[in-house]
Amino acid sequence: MVSEMEKAKMSDLFAADKYSTAVEISGITLDNPVIPASGTFGYGYEFAELYDINCLGSLSFKGTTREPRFGNELPRIAECTAGLINSIGLQNPGVDKVISEELPKLRACFKKPIIANICGFSIDEYAENSARLDKEEQVSILEINVSCPNVHNGGMTFGTDAKMAAEVTRAVKAVAKKPVYIKLSPNVTDITEIAKACEAAGADGISLINTMLGMRIDLGRRKPVVANKMGGFSGSAIFPVAVRMVYQVYEAVKIPIIGMGGVSSARDVIEMMLAGASAVQVGAANLVDPFASREIVGNLIQEMARYNINSLKEIIGGAH
Amino acid sequence: MKQGFFEIIANEKLTDNVMKLVLRGDTSQITAPGQFVNIKIDGFFLRRPISVCDCEQGVSGVLTLIYKIVGEGTRALAEYEPERVLDILTGLGNGYDITKAGDEPLLIGGGAGVPPMFLLCRNLIAAGRKPVVILGFNSKSEVFYENEFQALGAQVIVTTADGSYGISGFVTDAMKDLSYSYTYACGPEPMLRAVYDKSACSGQYSFEERMGCGFGACMGCSCRTKYGNKRICKDGPVLEKEEIIW
Repeated sequence: MVSEMEKAKMSDLFAADKYSTAVEISGITLDNPVIPASGTFGYGYEFAELYDINCLGSLSFKGTTREPRFGNELPRIAECTAGLINSIGLQNPGVDKVISEELPKLRACFKKPIIANICGFSIDEYAENSARLDKEEQVSILEINVSCPNVHNGGMTFGTDAKMAAEVTRAVKAVAKKPVYIKLSPNVTDITEIAKACEAAGADGISLINTMLGMRIDLGRRKPVVANKMGGFSGSAIFPVAVRMVYQVYEAVKIPIIGMGGVSSARDVIEMMLAGASAVQVGAANLVDPFASREIVGNLIQEMARYNINSLKEIIGGAH
Repeated sequence: MKQGFFEIIANEKLTDNVMKLVLRGDTSQITAPGQFVNIKIDGFFLRRPISVCDCEQGVSGVLTLIYKIVGEGTRALAEYEPERVLDILTGLGNGYDITKAGDEPLLIGGGAGVPPMFLLCRNLIAAGRKPVVILGFNSKSEVFYENEFQALGAQVIVTTADGSYGISGFVTDAMKDLSYSYTYACGPEPMLRAVYDKSACSGQYSFEERMGCGFGACMGCSCRTKYGNKRICKDGPVLEKEEIIW
C-alpha cells in the first residue's frame, strides 16, 4: 500500500510547477528553451496544422534576403550517417513578401516571441533587411545569418572573417532596436575569435552553430550528390562539435548563446545548456520527425527530474 | 499528414528489384491517388518516400506500396519481415484529381511510376470512367501488375523498350492510335516530357525528386512552375500540364 503521504510526494515530484523550464535571453522570457531552427520549420504554419506550436519557446523562421530567391539547382539533399547535407541556397520569397504574407500567417498560429533570421549578400543588404524586420512588432530577436555555406559572395563569407563579422554586426546594430544575435559558422579555425569580434561590435548574443561544410559522392555517377557539389551537414552527427563550440564560445564572451547543431532530444537540450547555451535550437530533427520539437519540450521535465534540475536557468554553463 | 504505425502483412518480390509491401494501419489521411508516404528505416537518417499503390480506407486499413530497390535504404526495407511495425508519415503530397478525367482518360506509368496509377485506375473505374492504361518497362523481366490492372477492368497496353514483351518501344509508341480525354502520367522525367509533347489534351504529371523532409519544410525539392515555385513534396508531386516548365 502506498500511503497518502507518499502519494502526495510522488505527485509533487511530477508536478510541472515544481520545475521551471523558463529561460531568459536579452530580457525576453521564453517558456522553455526549445526553438525550431531557421530553415527547418518554414514559417511555422505548416507545423501548426499538425500540433499547437505554442508549446515551443520561440521559433526562428526561414532566412530572409532582400530579393526573392529560388535557391540552388536540384538535387539539394544528400543523406549521411546520422545527418544530411542540404544545399537549399536560401530559397525564400524576399523580405517584402515575408512581411506582407508570411508573418501574418505565422502570427495567426504562434503567440510566442519570434526570431527573424536575416541573410544578405552585402553589408547594406543585412542592414536594410534588419531595419525592415526590426520594425515588425511580432519579431523579438534578429538572428543575423553570416554562416550560410550554400551561397556565393555572401552568407558564410561574412562569418568566417572576424573583421567582416564585426562590420555586419555594427551595421545591423546601427539600425536595429531589438536584440541582435549573430549566427556563426563552424567552418573556421577559431570560432571564439569571431564571437569576440561580434561581441566587441555590439552583438547582443551569439547563435551557433550553422551547418558544417560537407560533401557526398554518388558512386554510380562518380559525381557529388548535390548539384552545388558542397552543402551544409547537419543532424545528430554534428552534436558533439556543436557542444564543443558552444563550450568554447561561452568561455570567450559574456553575451548569451543560443546553441544548436544536431540537437534531437531533451537530454541534448540539457547538455547544450550545460555547455553554455541560454536557449537551444532544434534543426534537422524536425525534418525526420515533424513532431520532434514538441516531443523535446514534452520530455524536458522528465529529464530535469532525472538529473535533479529544478530550473533550467540555473544550469546554463554548468559544465564549466 | 499523420504519423502512424503500420504492421507489415507482406513484403515480397514482384521482379528482381521491385518489391510489394502490404501494411495494416490507419490510412485515413490518404485521400487521393498519387499521394505518397514517408517511411522511417532503422539506421537511415532520412525517411524514404514511396507512392501509394493501393489503399483500403480505415483506422485499421490496408496500404499497398510498390517500391524499387535503388539504394541502401530500400535494400534494407526489402529485408523487413511480416509483423514488423513501421513508423510512417501518411497522406503526403497533392495527388491526382479524378474530376478532370473525362470519359476515357489515358493513364501512363513507366517503371517505378506504375504503382500510383493503380489506385488512380481503381478510383476512375469506380467513378464510371473507362481508362486506358499504358505500362512501360525496359524488358519482359521487369513487367509487373499487368494482370492486376486488367482485373480492375481497364484496357491495358504494355510496352518494353527492348521489345521482349508487348509493344516494342516506349509508352509514346503506344499512344499513337489511341483517342483519350485526359492524360495522367508518372515515371522518369524523360518519359513525362515525351508524353507531355505527344499528348494533345490536358493532364496531370507526377514528378519524383530527392527529398529531405517530404512535408514542405526544408525546400529540398523545389521546382519552378508557371505559377511560381512549388515544392514537389507538398504542392506536388502531381502538377497540372499547364503549369509545368521543363
